[in-house]
Formats: sequence, structure tokens, C-alpha cells
Amino acid sequence: MNATGNPQSLLLLGGTSDIALAIARRYAARGGLRVVLAARPSERRTGAAAELTALGCTVSEVDLDARDHASHATTIDEAFREGDIDVAVVAFGLLGDAEQAWQDPELALELAEVNYAAPVHLGVLLANRLKDQAHGVIVALSSVAGERVRRSNFVYGSTKAGFDGFYLGLGEALRGTGARVLVVRPGFVRSKMTEGMDSAPLAATPEEVADATVAAVAAKRELIWVPTPMRFVMSGLRHVPRPLFRRLPL
Amino acid sequence: MNAFPAMPGGSADLDLPHIRPSGIEEQPPVPQQLVEIHGWGRAAGAMSHLHGIDSVADAVSALRDGAGRGVTPRGLGRSYGDAAQNSGGITLDLTRLDKIFSVDAASEPPTVELQAGVSIDTLMKALLPFGLWVPVLPGTRQVTIGGAIAADVHGKNHHTQGSFGNHVRSFDLLTSDGSVRTLERPAGGSWDALDDDGRLFWATIGGMGLTGVIVSAVVELQRVETAYFTVDTDRCSDIDDLMARMSTGDNDYNYSVAWFDAVTRGKHMGRAVLTRGDKAKLSQLDPKRRRDPLKFAAPSFGTIPEVFPNRMVNVVTAKAFSEFWYRKAPKHQVGALQNITAFFHPLDIVAEWNRIYGPNGFLQYQFVVPFSEHETFKRCFEMIVTSGHLSCLNVLKRFGPGNLSPLSFPTPGWTLTVDLPIEPGLDRLCDALDEEVVGAGGRVYLAKDSRLTAGRFRQMYPRLDDFLTIRRHADPEHIFSSDLARRLDL
Repeated sequence: MNATGNPQSLLLLGGTSDIALAIARRYAARGGLRVVLAARPSERRTGAAAELTALGCTVSEVDLDARDHASHATTIDEAFREGDIDVAVVAFGLLGDAEQAWQDPELALELAEVNYAAPVHLGVLLANRLKDQAHGVIVALSSVAGERVRRSNFVYGSTKAGFDGFYLGLGEALRGTGARVLVVRPGFVRSKMTEGMDSAPLAATPEEVADATVAAVAAKRELIWVPTPMRFVMSGLRHVPRPLFRRLPL
Repeated sequence: MNAFPAMPGGSADLDLPHIRPSGIEEQPPVPQQLVEIHGWGRAAGAMSHLHGIDSVADAVSALRDGAGRGVTPRGLGRSYGDAAQNSGGITLDLTRLDKIFSVDAASEPPTVELQAGVSIDTLMKALLPFGLWVPVLPGTRQVTIGGAIAADVHGKNHHTQGSFGNHVRSFDLLTSDGSVRTLERPAGGSWDALDDDGRLFWATIGGMGLTGVIVSAVVELQRVETAYFTVDTDRCSDIDDLMARMSTGDNDYNYSVAWFDAVTRGKHMGRAVLTRGDKAKLSQLDPKRRRDPLKFAAPSFGTIPEVFPNRMVNVVTAKAFSEFWYRKAPKHQVGALQNITAFFHPLDIVAEWNRIYGPNGFLQYQFVVPFSEHETFKRCFEMIVTSGHLSCLNVLKRFGPGNLSPLSFPTPGWTLTVDLPIEPGLDRLCDALDEEVVGAGGRVYLAKDSRLTAGRFRQMYPRLDDFLTIRRHADPEHIFSSDLARRLDL
């Protein structure tokens, strides 16, 4: 990370996520950026690598399978092979069909593994690396869905609640090591994850999330909401009594 | 710094419970803590293991622990960026190697042999009573000799005397294999004609501490009759006026520098105060000063406290400062006598002045472009003034010829320095300036830098490969590293 808050190396865990790629594009604008794309091998990953290369980045691709816990250590080793990582974005996640998720045990387990267990496992591996290099920022893409879990998507919401708690705590634990954590809580984001769903109020684009994230990294923030007013909405919702909360069209 | 200051009256007078000094065997091994260190700009700090070095043996043992993240030598931390810090690795504090071994005042030129941690401030105070003078003085006296060599610092007399490295006769360099090598300045005038030691000598000058640890040096000195300067001051109405006056008149003076206004736009854009001078002779002093002609005048008005918020440098304060600084200078004055602090180091009057910029810190952007790129230089200047980023401490100077060091900054041309507080958008301004500077065959100064990319750096320093070859040879395992080295792929 240089004096003006620009990283020279960027690791995207979930390298095909719309938000992660929007963040990469923002940082790439300056030139000279090294990007590690960690994701399952796919056309989408190849395409993302090609796009970032065309933007002047040096890109390497690393395999990441969130459910194969045994492979995580190798993924992180390979991600750091070329040198220090200034910013690591934890961006992978699964939304799933909310009604199916609480009735299909396999899908529920998959959400829990991909959205919580894997980020925790990888988060510890990442933190160990950042502690050794004594600098670096983990950007954890959380969600307002975890801030007050609601009936309509509580399996997903509960995984994000755990995710959010873990990364906020990790940020505290890393104080004094030189490494830090930024937790980003977007509201509804129009992306491939939410394709086909009805947009919600205060919806954001991946680019807006990326802009807010880049500014927050430079300003050394620890927790942000996107868009900012979402912070006050959620602050209110947290305190709504349950009988009333269940009647809200959320 | 003494950790246990003596108590008034002595401890015997105090009725204290018995505290026995613990024996060495009782002390548990102290794990090396990470401490936060940063450059003078305070914008890109690092957590590093700081080792205080009291002897060459200490430095050698630190090298043994240096595998992994490496070792970075550090002096008084006046480089602005990330040159003297090493995230997650070892940073050596060399300021306790502060002995002046000997002065040879009889030889021509006179020389001093000293350890690398001696500051220029200390050295000047020691030398002045003998009528001896440090030939190159950067903008602060609070730099170590090791740092002055490693950054190949320059001063107001670059156009006549070159940079600090030109005045170094030899130094002792602790290299990565744990041996100390004495390197003499080679006689040869071209890189190709140098042997390995000669190349290592010149690569260490300006080498940002990446070839080894300079532990001691022999530096050539000049003689002075007084500690005063005769100074001519001129106010210049705009940038063209300033550059024209400097182009024609600089060679009549040994020392020349201009402060310019980087805030005012329009007709007076680039108005400036040009100060040029020479060492005063004894006969030029008035009777009062003649009684103590070598008096070292270094007043201190104390230390700036750590209380300033960000944005202390804003439109109001920057305009007010620039107006004041311009108006306080005489329109045209010839032969005024000034002391060392007034002429060289006005900022040394207060300690820790970098705190004014608040916790976000600032960066200093200094570049040089060849004289032929006069138009690019003016364009860069205009980009800064019209950018909305505010700088108060602005310096403009003409450089003379450079030296054989592959990474030394000064090359013949115009150099400009601005101090910019860290604000959103500053990265874009600096990146745009880089592009202009590279296009003009210019470069930025590594001792000030904290944000250049490796690619741009390579374009700015065409002799980078000469340096890298020497570095690979002297330090094949990259024991010496720093945040700057990692950032610039050095």
C-alpha cells in the first residue's frame, strides 16, 4: 500500500464476483497493479483475467474451491507466491433460494460452508500471512442481511451474521500487527448473484460498492455500509420488536 | 536517551524498598516487538522489528536474523517515504553509531572520519570551531551521514559542488555475508572502467541502503572563515521571471534556491523569492559578529505538539502563508548577512514540524527534468498550482552535473519540490506528473517518494540494471530489503 492508499497487489478470493472485479477495475486504473484471481476454474475467470490484463494488470489465476477445505492452504500459498498482498478481498458467497435453503438440508449446509466455514478457514490463513508481512488489508464483503436476520432469507442471513462477526473480531485481533480488516455491508446489490430478483430500496451497483470500498481502504476505515444511509436504516431495524418486525415487508 | 534519569539528590536519600538489579540469567528472553515506524511524511507507516545498533557486531547479528523479510538500515528517519522501514522485517536504528573518530584539518581538502550515525547537525557543531564546513547540506541538518550517502542528498550548491556522494572519499560497508569492506572512491570517470569495488562504491551512494549497511565513512570538507553567508534576495513576479533570472545569474553564486508560491493563480502564478549567496569572509562581517565569527546559530523554538488535525493546510492557511512568505522577503536586497539557520535550515527552528499536517500525513513530490524540457517543467508547475492540492513549502532549483551513481537523483536540469497533504485525488495528480516527468526524460527523488510504481521507476532511472547487477552480486539472497525495495522491485 503506498502513501496515497493505492495497493500494488490485490488478491480476490471469489475472483469472478461482480463487486470484486469492480474493485479490481478501480485499482487497475492507476497501472502497475498485480492481481491474483482465486476462483473455480471457469470461462468467467479466464474472461476476468483477460479483461484485467487488458487494463494493464499482471494477473495470475489460482484455484479456489470454497467447499474443499483441504485445498485452502494451497490456495493461499499460491496467492502469496509472487510476493506481498496489499489488499485481499473476501468476495465469494452463495445466495441460494431462500425457501429451498431452510428446507433442503444439503443446500443449507452448502450455504453454511461457502458463506461461513470457508471464509473463516481462509480468513485465518490470510491473517497469518498478513501478520508475517505486517501490513495489508482484508476487505470482507459482508451484507446487511446479517445485521438483523429476517425470516425471508434467514439461512443466508445467518451465514452473513457469522461472517460479519468473525471479520469484525479478526480486525480487533489484528490490531498492532500492521494488518487490518475492513468489513463492507452492502444492501441489495444488482449483480449476477441477485439476477432476476426484484430490486430493493437503497439498492447499489457493484461499482458503487467498489467506489465506497476503495475510499474506505484509503481512509483506513473498519466498517462501512453501502450506500451510507443503509447504516441508519439498519440501526433502526435492529431495534424493531419481533411482533412488528415480522409484519414488515422485508 | 537515558532510560533512568538521575534523581535530584541521588537515590541514597530516598527511602525506597529494596530493588535488586536482576541478574542476566534471571531475565526472560524479550520477544522483539513490532513497533510502528514511518518516514518524515508519516503517510505510509510500517510495523517493523527495530534493532538498536551499538556496534558493528550488533549489526552482524541482526543480519543473521534477517532471513525472510530482510533488514533495512535507518538513521534519523528524514526520508519522506518508505525507504527506511521494513514491514514485518528488521529495521536497524543506526543513530547510536555516533562517534567522530578524527579530523584531518591539515590535508587538502580536510577530511573527517566518523561513524554513519553521526548527524550533520552534530558534525557541523564539531567542525565549525576549526573553520571546517560540510560541503553539502540538505534542507535539514537532522540527517545521518549514512543516510546522506545512501540517498545521495543535495543542497543549494548542487550546481557548483554536486551531491553529498561527490565528497565521500571512502566508507566501510557491512555486506550481506557479514564482512565489512572498505570501499575507496575510484579514480575512474566512467562506469565501464570501474572494477567491482568501484561499482559497489558508487552503487551504495544513492543506493537507499540496499547494498549493505554503511558503518563509517571518510568525508571531504571545506574551509570557512565565518559561519555566515552573504545573501542576495530577489522577489520574482512570476515563474518566467524566476526561471530567467536563475538561468542567467546562478553561476555567480555557490548557493542558489527559490521558494515559490504554489497557491496563487492568474497573473502572479509562480511568484517567487530567489535567494542566492556565498560563504561570508571575515572581512565582510561587522565588528560585533567578527568577535565570534564561527558561532553556530541554531535557535530552537521547541517541538510542534501532536495536536493538529488533518486539513490544517487548507485554502485559507496556505494562501495566508504564501502571501506572508512572499511579502516578508525584501524586493531586492544585496549582500545581507545571514546565519546558518536563516539561510539553510529555517525549518530546523522547530522540531517535528511534520506534525502540522495531521495524522494523515503528507508527501513530498520532487522531480527533475533536463533544462531542454523547460516547457514540461512549466506544465508540471501549472498542473500542481491548478490541481486544488495545496503546498506551502515549495522549492525550485537548477541542478548541475550528476555523478556515477546509478540511482543518484540529481541530473542537470530544473528540479521542483512540493509538500502535499494526503487528500483524495492526490494519487491522480502525482501519477499525471509522473507521466510528464517520464516523457521529458526526468525522474523523481527516491528519498522523497512513497507512491511511485515499479514500472514508472524503471522508466525514470535508465541505469537501474547497472544497480541491480551490483546488488545481486553484493546481496544475492536479498538480506537487505525495505518497503521501498519491495514497492519498486529493487
